Amino acid sequence: MSAIASGAARPSLPTRGAGRVTQWNVVRSEWTKLWTLRSTRWSLLVAFVAMAGLGPLVAAVQMGHWANMDPHERLTYDAINTGVGGYHLAQLAIGVLGVLVITGEYSTGMIRSSLMAVPRRLPVLWAKLAVFGFVTFVLMLIAALISFFAVQSIVSQHHVQHSLGDPGALRAVIGVALFLTVLSVLCGGLGAMLRNTAGGIAAFVGLLFVLPGISAILPSSVNDAVSRYLPLNAGVTVASHSFDSAHHLSTWGGFALFCGYAAAAAVGAALVLRRRDA
Amino acid sequence: MIAVERVTKRYGDKVAVEDLTFTVKPGIVTGFLGPNGAGKSTTMRVMLGLDNPTSGRATVNGRPYRELRAPLHEIGAMLEARAIHTGRSAYHHLVAMAQTHGIGRRRVREVIDLVGLGEVARKRAGGFSLGMGQRLGIAAALLGDPATLILDEPANGLDPEGIRWIRNLLKGLAAEGRTVFVSSHLMAEMAQTAEHLIVIGRGRLIADTSVADFVAQASHGAAVLVRSPQASELRDELAGPDVIVTAREHGLLEVLGLTSAQVGEAAARAGLVLHELVPQQASLEEAFMQMTGGAVEYHAGTPAGPGAEPVKEAV
Repeated sequence: MSAIASGAARPSLPTRGAGRVTQWNVVRSEWTKLWTLRSTRWSLLVAFVAMAGLGPLVAAVQMGHWANMDPHERLTYDAINTGVGGYHLAQLAIGVLGVLVITGEYSTGMIRSSLMAVPRRLPVLWAKLAVFGFVTFVLMLIAALISFFAVQSIVSQHHVQHSLGDPGALRAVIGVALFLTVLSVLCGGLGAMLRNTAGGIAAFVGLLFVLPGISAILPSSVNDAVSRYLPLNAGVTVASHSFDSAHHLSTWGGFALFCGYAAAAAVGAALVLRRRDA
Repeated sequence: MIAVERVTKRYGDKVAVEDLTFTVKPGIVTGFLGPNGAGKSTTMRVMLGLDNPTSGRATVNGRPYRELRAPLHEIGAMLEARAIHTGRSAYHHLVAMAQTHGIGRRRVREVIDLVGLGEVARKRAGGFSLGMGQRLGIAAALLGDPATLILDEPANGLDPEGIRWIRNLLKGLAAEGRTVFVSSHLMAEMAQTAEHLIVIGRGRLIADTSVADFVAQASHGAAVLVRSPQASELRDELAGPDVIVTAREHGLLEVLGLTSAQVGEAAARAGLVLHELVPQQASLEEAFMQMTGGAVEYHAGTPAGPGAEPVKEAV
């Protein structure tokens, strides 16, 4: 055992100075970190299955009840919305994982290793958000395409299907991936600001899902004025083909606001990461 | 070289480190000693840019750690608290750390072999024993082949075999010319490995000295035990204004205020027979306790003074 120290440490001297900390190196490191946790892989699988599977499931149920649906419902049936509807479930998995990707490092102490290797700190945050955002976009885009085509083939029995070339169809499919990607950044930012898993998830659920509920019990004049600016209502415009325009901003206006929320969370996260002790 | 310059760190109202200044000399093992709660870990965290000092600064080779462009190549660190995701394997943890600096997988396998974790490297680190965790921490510290190492309580919780391993490792690293800064709350452990000592208590510097000087200083004024069949005559011979002689048992005297040489010479002058003449060198642990006795953050029931049990896990 005593030979251990002298044995292998020196021959590798060429590695000294081989590399410096660059943003790209940190991205590679975060890529490794993301895929080498079993919990992350499972969560991504859940998000993928949810995004790809919920739409077809709903479509199958709807087609089974087609005869009982009232004529107006049948007339306004939006198979594109159903095709990308998996986000209702996927957003929960992506949001929770977005928080966990950051807070998992705090709860285990890993953050100290991360920041000792990258003492300027911010490259770690940017790399985490970029890697998780990229993975979210690619996986959710593929899942949304699977869902879209599956739904169209299911609903074709009643001839309400759309093709990807129909107006707004491709935009909704890409839009749902964009919505979930920006959501992942928002939740990563929340996690980095709060540095605590329970707190981060509570903030995510509170901002996205509880605020609209509170808004709904306010006087309707207030609700009408504010609800379109709430994060979820702003974000889903890009993830839907048709929506209630009285309570939503325009497609890209809403999405821009949602991006603004995510950017604010990322900036807040950067400030906290720079200033606070690790 | 690591320099700590007038560092003060407060957490709210609590002062963890106060106006601490010292430098870690290159090429030797420096022990960083203090009771639990003395501020050792805080000081190390400030050195590593994890905590911002309230005032003062710490530098590595002249620059604050936060400004290092390739820190793993300059300074390797192992903190006391685990700094690893429990769900990741040791191998992937090290790969992710290495990638930040563009260090290859060959080096990762090298450090895994170096610390003897080859068989468990692919297992989740969360299932590691304390000893395996410490080895993984050291592997991470060695990744960039740094000239300086900072290790916080590396022997903590290890079995005797593990402690021996750490001791040899530290000596080996220093023999290669590396600077090693290692903290401990156990003086005896430090005496085996360190050449120089930085002693702190309650966040303040108590001593910045070589191990040899530390022991000599602590032994100053220690007792001399002398056994003689003519103890009562000897007692009269030794009597003096600053000398305290007490009979420990029949024929055994404890002399305070004289060196063993002075006692022996006095006996020779008087023609008295001595059977034993033993200078009582303070044990390192006692010297340490004596020095930090007033600066112990948490006492285990009774106040710790000279000769009291070292305060170990009193928190």
